[in-house]
Order: sequence, then structure tokens, then C-alpha cells
Amino acid sequence: MTTMEQKPDLATLKQKAAARQLNFFYGTKQALKSIELPIYEHRVTALIGPSGCGKSTFLRCFNRMHDLYPGNRYEGEIRLFPDDVNLLAPEVDPIEVRMRLSMVFQKPNPFPKSIFENVAYGLRVRGLKNKTEISDRVEAALKGAALYNEAKDRLHDLASNLSGGQQQRLCIARALAADPELLLFDEPTSALDPIATASIEELIQELRTKVTILIVTHNMQQAARVSDFTAYMYLGELVEFGWTDDVFFRPKKKQTEDYITGRFG
Amino acid sequence: MRRDDTAAIRAVIAAGKRKDLAFAVLGVAALVFAAATFVALFTDMLIDGGHRLKLDFFTNFASRRAENAGIVAAWVGTLTVMVVTAAIAVPIGVASGIYLEEYAPRNLFTDIIEININNLAGVPSIVYGLLALGMFVHTFGLGASVLTAGLTLALLILPIVIVSTREAIRSIPGVIREAAYALGATRWQMVKDHVLPYSMPGILTGIIIGLSRAIGETAPIVTIGAVTFIAFLPPSPITAEPPFLSFEWLSSAFTAMPIQIFNWTSRPDAAFQANASAAALVLVLMTVLMNAFAIWLRWRLRRNIKW
Repeated sequence: MTTMEQKPDLATLKQKAAARQLNFFYGTKQALKSIELPIYEHRVTALIGPSGCGKSTFLRCFNRMHDLYPGNRYEGEIRLFPDDVNLLAPEVDPIEVRMRLSMVFQKPNPFPKSIFENVAYGLRVRGLKNKTEISDRVEAALKGAALYNEAKDRLHDLASNLSGGQQQRLCIARALAADPELLLFDEPTSALDPIATASIEELIQELRTKVTILIVTHNMQQAARVSDFTAYMYLGELVEFGWTDDVFFRPKKKQTEDYITGRFG
Repeated sequence: MRRDDTAAIRAVIAAGKRKDLAFAVLGVAALVFAAATFVALFTDMLIDGGHRLKLDFFTNFASRRAENAGIVAAWVGTLTVMVVTAAIAVPIGVASGIYLEEYAPRNLFTDIIEININNLAGVPSIVYGLLALGMFVHTFGLGASVLTAGLTLALLILPIVIVSTREAIRSIPGVIREAAYALGATRWQMVKDHVLPYSMPGILTGIIIGLSRAIGETAPIVTIGAVTFIAFLPPSPITAEPPFLSFEWLSSAFTAMPIQIFNWTSRPDAAFQANASAAALVLVLMTVLMNAFAIWLRWRLRRNIKW
């Protein structure tokens, strides 16, 4: 869909975040090598590449998920704009980072609680007590995730009673309720059937107007369908980054072309 | 089915199915053997002591005359000791389990603690009795009291509670943890809102299994010096005067079901043997009830937890 739009000059676009000289290590094994990547505001940026290329590892740097496990180490920066803070700085609390950025995981992972409580959890963690405010924001988030009409009569049912696609939209609502500055998707449709996948992709398109999105996908058609920008990664390095249609139709590097045309990967 | 080797394939399948059947028969036989043993024991106790199970058997103290003897001191003693055991073992055991799973770093120190806990689960109960005799009875001067017995049995079941707490916590999928952390939860918020509620069925089951082990333990409470003949109950925990609560019962002497049973079986008189059978029946029923409660609780709480 981006092919039809007039592409503005990159220099005029506002950046929401940027990785600078980012290295990441699992113990002594280096998983990311000098990644440089701008994330443009209100755009969808897709990370593609073969399994093990480091795309999920890269995504999980943004909300400091690697801090949960011992032995992981970051070098370099991920800057978040407009406040120009380095998310990876040791003095920045990972909990604060996770409150500003939200994440949707590969497999729908709702809590074994009610639909309402799932969406409200991020607000409760932030210390919100006002009941009307919580229920207003839960409603808004469910609407934002296109789940409200299906869920409004069963808000207090268990989330596990929802279908897989609905559960994933619930996870998106849960992520949206916290009003994130950047929304991270880690292969959000890999556990879903084609119809549920289509509804999630449509949702990602709509969300773009409200929030900046970074999405990891191993489905290249998906990257082509939903993203404005695409970054191709291989063996922990960023091989190519650009407008999605450029990367797909006019790749600058032979490696990218080989992967996209299916000669490798 | 036009292939020429159809017959050969069918022979292979038939051979496989014969083995299936053989194993099923073996399994049923093993099951019947185990169940029959329990039924035989239970029936034997029922024949020997069933006629003693009348109300006064539960309300009478021990007596020199078998037909007047009852188990009131024993079941009250067992109950009070269990309350103390649970009050000590549950908070300490659950907290230790949570700390080891969620907070403790993986290093040599925590590895040593872990090996220790697993070993403690295998220490014979008499050893706990000796420890308690030296430490609680003599060093701390607590005497052969309800409190001493409760502390001793709490130590005994602590490894069971810790291990089952950890198992229950470990069964929570990592993606659920990550979901909570990704929303900005602190470690304690994660534990309080997710780990504890989702592992509660497993933790409660572990607690009840621990308690039903403690309820039948004889050696450690004999060692600390529980009395075998007692004609009074511990003082009531609720009193008429302010502050209306009394903890004197903690320091009271006591007897317990296994001790009462042991005492009666050691008497030559057949009437006392019948008493022993009746009391054993009551003890088995108490254990079965506790286990049934554990199963019901697990079923009840797990209904809402699906990943």
C-alpha cells in the first residue's frame, strides 16, 4: 500500500527512536553487531531475516527484556525521542522503559484472568485506582484493538475463553491501555490462522496513526503488506534498511535480493 | 490395500496390539494389588474396631478400662499440633520457595541451599525428633509441649512445602511472566498478582500432602516426650476475660493419635487392641479426608487457570 503514496524525504521525517552502534551479547556470544536503525514516528518498521538472525533479540533490547535473565549485556544506545534518552543506559530503570514501551508477543499470552483484568493490569501496575478511569481506559483500549464489540458483553469472562485471534487482539489491547510511545510486535501472527492474521494486520495498519510500531516477522508478505519501512537482518547485522517497496523491489544489496526472492533463507 | 505385503503388515500390527494388551493387563494387576492392600487393611481395622466407633469413643479420655477409653485427648492434641505445624511451615516454606524461584540468583550458595533442602526431605523423622529434643525441649526449654511438637513437625514438612511451592511456580509459563514484566510490573507485583495466584493450587496441594504426612508421624513426637496417658485437654484458646485470647495451650502437654494407637497396641488385652484399630481407622479417615480436600481444592482452583 505504501507504493502508491508519495514518499517524503527521510530527512524531513521525525524519528521516534534510533539504535546507535548497538551490540548485544548473550554471555560471550555476540548476537547483535553495530546495529544502526532509525524508527520513524507513526510509521510501521518491519524487521525481517532468517531464523536466528537476531531480529527478536533486537526487538527485546527496546524494552530491556534481556535484563530479566543473567549474563546478557548491551553496548551502544537506543535513543527514544523527543526526550533523547538512552533506553539502555544503566541508570535508566528497565521498569520505567517498559512502562513507556509496550510489547505484543509471538503466542497470545493473556493472563488467566478476566478480559477486563487483562487490559486493566498495565494501569493497575501504574498505581491507577480510580474505577471509572480504569474502565474508561479499558474500553478505549478494547476499541483500539477492535475487540470491544465482541467482548463488551463478556468483560468478566476468562480471557482463555476467547479464540486465538481474539486473545492476540486482547494482548494488543493490554499493550495499548498503557498508552505506549512505541509498540513492539514479536511475530504476532505466527500462531494464528490466516483469517485472524488478516484482522491483526488490518489492526496494525489502523494503529499506525496513533503509535509508532516496530514489528518482527518471518513472513515477508506480511512485512510487505503492513510496513512502511523494512530492515533486513542477517547473522546479527543490519544488512539493508529503507522504504519497504525499495527493499522489496529495488534492493541495494545482493544478499537482500537473494533472501527476498527466496533463493536463500 | 492392493499391496502384496498387506498380510505381513497386519501381522506386525497384531503383534504390537498383543504387547499393548499385555501391558494393560500388567497395569491393572498392579493397580488391583495396591488397592486390595488398602481395602484389606481398612476392612481388617473395621472388623476389629468398628464396634468402638461411637460418640463416647470420641469424647472420652484414655482409661484403664478399655470399654471406657476414648481418643478425645489424642484427636484434640493432633488437631492443635497440626494448627501449629501449618502456622509455621506454610509461611516459611512458601516464602522460601518463592524466594528461591523468583529472587535468588543462581550461584554456588543457592545451589548448596537447594541440595540441602532436597536432602532434608530424605532425613528420617527420628532424626528430627532428636534435634527437637536437644534444641526445643532442652536448650529453649519449651518442654514436651504442643509448641515443640508443632515446631518439630513443621521442620519435618518444610522441605515438602518448599519443593512443592517451587514445582508449582515453575509450571507457570515464561511467557506469562514476560507479559507482566513487559507491562512494567516490578518483581513483587509479578509475584503477588501472577505467581502466587496461579501457583496456589499446587502450593495448597503440597501443604496438605505435607500435613497428612505430619499427622501420622510417631517417632519424632515420641522422642520429644509426648505423654501416652493424659486426662485433660489443653486450655482453651478463647477465654472469658480480656484479651479473650490465650496462648497457654501452646505450652500444654499433649498426646496425639499415633501415640495413642501405639500405646494401645502394646497392651495384651484384646479390648485395647480393638481400641487401637478404631483409633487407627479414625487416623486413616483424617488423612483420606485431607487428601480428598486437597484434590477438590486443586480441581476448584485450576478451573480458572488455563494457559
